[in-house]
Amino acid sequence: MIEVSSLSKRYGKHLAVDNANFSIQKGEIVGFLGPNGAGKSTIMNIMTGYLSLTAGHVSIDGFDIMKNPEEAKKRIGYLPEIPPLYTDMTVKEYLYFMYDLKKVKFPKKPHIEEICRLVKIDNVFERLIKNLSKGYRQRVGIAQALIGNPDLLILDEPTVGLDPKQIIEIRNLIARLGKNHTVILSSHILSEIQEVCERIIIINRGHIIADDTPDNLSKKLSNDHSLALRVMGSEAETYKILNSIPGIERVSSLGSKEEGSCDFVIEPKPGNDIRAAVSTRLAERKKTLLSLRSNEMTLEQIFLRLTDAADNGRSLLGDAAREEEAETPAANKIKLDLDSDEAVIGAETESEKEYESEEEK
Amino acid sequence: MTAIFKREFKAYFTSPLGYIYLAVFYFFEGMYFSALYGAASPHVEYIFPSFLFVLAVVLVTPVITMRLLSEDRRQKVDQALLTAPVGVGSIVLGKFFSAFAIYGLALAPTLLFEIVISVKADINWLVYLNALLGALLIGAALIAMGMFISSLTESPVISCVLTMVIFVLLLALPSMGSITGLDWVIAVCEKVAFINLFEAFAGSIFHIIDVIYLLSIAGVFVFASVRMVERRRWA
Repeated sequence: MIEVSSLSKRYGKHLAVDNANFSIQKGEIVGFLGPNGAGKSTIMNIMTGYLSLTAGHVSIDGFDIMKNPEEAKKRIGYLPEIPPLYTDMTVKEYLYFMYDLKKVKFPKKPHIEEICRLVKIDNVFERLIKNLSKGYRQRVGIAQALIGNPDLLILDEPTVGLDPKQIIEIRNLIARLGKNHTVILSSHILSEIQEVCERIIIINRGHIIADDTPDNLSKKLSNDHSLALRVMGSEAETYKILNSIPGIERVSSLGSKEEGSCDFVIEPKPGNDIRAAVSTRLAERKKTLLSLRSNEMTLEQIFLRLTDAADNGRSLLGDAAREEEAETPAANKIKLDLDSDEAVIGAETESEKEYESEEEK
Repeated sequence: MTAIFKREFKAYFTSPLGYIYLAVFYFFEGMYFSALYGAASPHVEYIFPSFLFVLAVVLVTPVITMRLLSEDRRQKVDQALLTAPVGVGSIVLGKFFSAFAIYGLALAPTLLFEIVISVKADINWLVYLNALLGALLIGAALIAMGMFISSLTESPVISCVLTMVIFVLLLALPSMGSITGLDWVIAVCEKVAFINLFEAFAGSIFHIIDVIYLLSIAGVFVFASVRMVERRRWA
């Protein structure tokens, strides 16, 4: 559906996007994750034909966005960061206008009514956009992206500035849309991406630093596969029992957080799944296990580790991960771009600040 | 292009802008017509080179061109337009024609006056139509120019003031040229200051060269506006 190869974008001296490569298959829901100013919106703006590219290629369904923009744009519904709304129009007038602008072939009235029902704006259909709340404006923005039923939806920070209830509603809407469309959404809100997306592309300072499913990212980046458990009984006794389980590297006690119980973290030796052994051994020794959970990294932790590492110009995944990367299929691997020169990254910081301040203006 | 045209044309009437623009023209044209009627003169074409009419063109036309390309950028609506499957040329032309249509509406009462007078007096329609054509072409060139200026800034106010200044300068160019006392400077200034062509067209002279000249100015500035919008993508 989308092929992005060697994509670069330069604003004066500042390299906003540096050699980005990825492809997205039909039906995928992909999240662009990155801090503010990372280059997410720039990539989206290039993919939708709003901005030109400095180098590389972007093709949508086989149509190059630079060489054949009209065909490519027909396949895209785009919600920019700020919904592009004419506030002096009513919702109805605006959506009819976008329908005409996009030269859509479906029957006008039923098509727009269906979209309005889907995004739940049918109750404000006749109201002026300037009188609508932020949440409704965002929905009208999504509605205009849906006009013409494009295969690909690109949503730039669709939930920014909404209240928690609206965020959940928009998130559910995106999940519903994902059943019939290819969706790319960007966010710096991690839970949103985690909730909705099957695949995450992490972008930092114009580089793609990771591209994988949330689970794989967590597995590959997490050095520790440790377990956290809470057991009834005395600390010393339980410590002894846990230490006697084969396949355990280390047991650390965290003290008591609940009366009559004690918390531990146990680290298995590499390649050992010790959950069953732990529970069985504790049962044999008549110890009540109150909780047992895996200490997998949250997406938040992954994100911080990756972006911090990239900022410091070092690689988080060691050689082992790199070897693993070479073995995994191309579409499902972590692409690392962390070993870039620290001095170069440092040099970009100044120009990036310049660019951000230009944008603010 | 039609979608953009319809939207922009309607937008003039969702704010007082369109009404004020038309009211100013209708007031001046009405005043002049009543004077013509009082003097039993059948020359409606004299309205176009009249001082008040030219003043209205120079001072009020920037109001209808100021938002054309600046407002969309300011409100970020240009992202919807430029990512829709339409060319930049159609977008810019749609906007140009919407402003031109308003200008056309502003001139419309003169046609009514001509009809009223034709009931009572023998008139030469060609003279009037020639003057109307001239007024329309001058307007087209000015609107294209104003639209180009609006593509340079995100602020409609800056665009409006800048356009007004340039229009006034164009109007004053022949007088400024005559200060130099050099014949060739005066001749160049008179040619460049196309606003002053109202008189030539109203004087029942049809110069194809003037028509081509005005159309070229309009074309050049429409093209320049398209390039400005496209240029921003490459920034």
